[in-house]
Amino acid sequence: MWERVGVILRKEFIQTLSNPRMRFLLFLPPVLQLVVFGYAVTLDVDHARIAWMDMDNTPQSRALLAKFEGSGRFDIVATPRSEQDVQRVLDASDAHAVVRVLPGFARDLARGRSTEVQILVDGTNSNTASLVSSYAASVIASFSAEEGPKPQGFGAAAATSGRIPMTAGLVTPRSRVWFNPDLRSRNYFVPGVAANILMMITLMLTGQAIIREKEVGTMEQLMVTPMRPIELMLGKTLPFALVGMIDLLIITGAALLLFRIPFRGNFLLLLICAVPFLMTSLGAGLFLSTVSQTQQQANMMSFFFTTPAFMLSGFTFPIRNMPVVVQYLTYLNPLRYFMEIVRGVFLKGVGIEILWPKMLALAVYGVVILGLSALRFRKTLD
Amino acid sequence: MSYRRTKAIFIKELHHITRDARSLALALAMPVMMLLLYGYALSLDVDHIQTLIYDQDGTEASRDLMRQFQGSRYFDVAGFVNNYADIQRGIDTNRILVGVVIPRDFSRDLRSGHTANVQIIVDGSDSNTAAIAMGYAESIVRNYSAEAGVDLQNFRGRHLPPPIDARMRVWYNSSLESKNYVVPGLIAVILMIIAGQLTSLTVAREWEMGTMEQILSTPLRPAEMVLGKMLAYFVVGFTDSAIALIVGVTIFAVPFRGSILTLAVSTCVFLCGTLFWGIFISAGCRTQVAAYQLGMLSSFLPGFLLSGFVFALDTMPKAIQVISVIVPARYFVTIVKAIFLKGVGIGQLWNQLAYLVVFGTIVFWRTVRRMNQKVT
Repeated sequence: MWERVGVILRKEFIQTLSNPRMRFLLFLPPVLQLVVFGYAVTLDVDHARIAWMDMDNTPQSRALLAKFEGSGRFDIVATPRSEQDVQRVLDASDAHAVVRVLPGFARDLARGRSTEVQILVDGTNSNTASLVSSYAASVIASFSAEEGPKPQGFGAAAATSGRIPMTAGLVTPRSRVWFNPDLRSRNYFVPGVAANILMMITLMLTGQAIIREKEVGTMEQLMVTPMRPIELMLGKTLPFALVGMIDLLIITGAALLLFRIPFRGNFLLLLICAVPFLMTSLGAGLFLSTVSQTQQQANMMSFFFTTPAFMLSGFTFPIRNMPVVVQYLTYLNPLRYFMEIVRGVFLKGVGIEILWPKMLALAVYGVVILGLSALRFRKTLD
Repeated sequence: MSYRRTKAIFIKELHHITRDARSLALALAMPVMMLLLYGYALSLDVDHIQTLIYDQDGTEASRDLMRQFQGSRYFDVAGFVNNYADIQRGIDTNRILVGVVIPRDFSRDLRSGHTANVQIIVDGSDSNTAAIAMGYAESIVRNYSAEAGVDLQNFRGRHLPPPIDARMRVWYNSSLESKNYVVPGLIAVILMIIAGQLTSLTVAREWEMGTMEQILSTPLRPAEMVLGKMLAYFVVGFTDSAIALIVGVTIFAVPFRGSILTLAVSTCVFLCGTLFWGIFISAGCRTQVAAYQLGMLSSFLPGFLLSGFVFALDTMPKAIQVISVIVPARYFVTIVKAIFLKGVGIGQLWNQLAYLVVFGTIVFWRTVRRMNQKVT
């Protein structure tokens, strides 16, 4: 039996690797996704572009401007003079937000009256908008803490009562960020790419390898050989499992060397977890090949499999933001577990003691999906 | 260029599409699936942040601060703990995102006018959620601080003004829902998928099946073949965007402020360009696998990642921004979002549209040349 598996394995390797374009395509997607998610795609806002409309024009309002400029998070790109200017700046997406200091800002401040600063945020990108508005609010809050509570007599009173004058507000939040202190989205995305690529490559290639035989008509030729379904199946899945594993190694290497993603856990554990995960995606690929007749159908079906799997795995969209019903649905998604494992191992350095429920779930899914698909595959062959 | 021959190839290709009922059904179901995912399931909006509170102080003041967290719509207080280890465990198992630690001398510092610290621990693995959650937590503490300051001064019989108020006003998407931002751009992504998945196969399939030789023996000219094939998929693509528009506006209540005509015109222009691109890819590949991979890599991936559909372009590195200049989806996403959310008319969009026209023309010309070369 192993001899025959070896034959089909070799045939599959020759077929995929002899074609230079195929060779190129096997390893291009991982590289491309790595570059895009490592360098390009980011949800962080480092430099928010704001327009500054100063209707007060006093030392105080300029001090607020200096505070914004000094925070290192804002670039002032325009100074609109009128309502029309504001409208134009936001319509053309030149600025993320417009800060408007109203007339009487300094006067109110000096009299100890409450005053306000208007911030008009372009909400089209809700994510950028909430980051920008929270940065702006925190600049104003700290300006307010420094400049605001200085009514007459307060400093004197503080001095006479022997208390330390308040310079920075009463309660200061001290934030500590764990695992990813610089808050770089790259650290979050790149490990996810590993999980993602593993699924895409194995699922698609397995499905297509079988469908191609059907479509071109060589399946009949294979059937008349003494090859048994199980051998055909092994021969059609093992090469791609191997390709997937190599991709995983490449991505991990690139993540560590190129992107300097921290790797705090155990690599062996990651490899072990990849096995049941591969079983799920190879199983899905087999299943795909039993329900499609043409390569086009297989492509479309695999798109219908991978897109929800990818989107509902927490890769770019956090699961905790989803509606509760959908959150339960994600428990049916093997990629979800593998994503958590990959990130846990990379960023948090957690081990089996934390990850075992996820590993268990993956193992169950792996056996069930691969088993059922294999049964179905056998049936369609007979 | 003959109208009759173009029509013949158009009808032949339509037959191809309708004969494969499963693929067609999937192509038409795809916008619905994408809308369900992006309109309903996926969101970058951070609320219900699972939070653990470790109150070392246990006084009226610290409980007051805790109530601020409990009352906030952004935070769900999942429980109260008595040590750091529980917070650590909660974060390790992904159960919570934020831990708030109120130190032992919190109320004493507060009463004596010292600066009291509140520690906020955030799981940073998801940098975006972490940054937003941290912003919310800090603003709760600052607000509390401001109120406590006023209370303290009033208690001492002095008047302290309330701090400067930052008045936020959000334009275009005032509820800050990511679906309003994402669903319009989805039309572009769906069309890119059609181009990548269906069109990229049309010529490669003819080669793989051996029907290309038959076509070559007819008087059909390359330009007619390209145009005929494009038009057939144009029908599918245009139906898909109509489905996306109708479902997006009616079921997901995405605001539509612009003109439907402007949208239709720019969709046609963009669709022609991307479909030509799909055929261009297909003309260069002899196998469907290669054509599919190349098609998805060159249309879907940039359309998804470098178009500003979800990931804002202006926060990307300069080099990538330069690359994205050639991605047609980028211009179409800008157009669609502006029409949906800002209600901007053709006057402010013509340069984007002009690029799409240029792109379509160049790709059409290159495709015809490539077909010519293949034939000879």
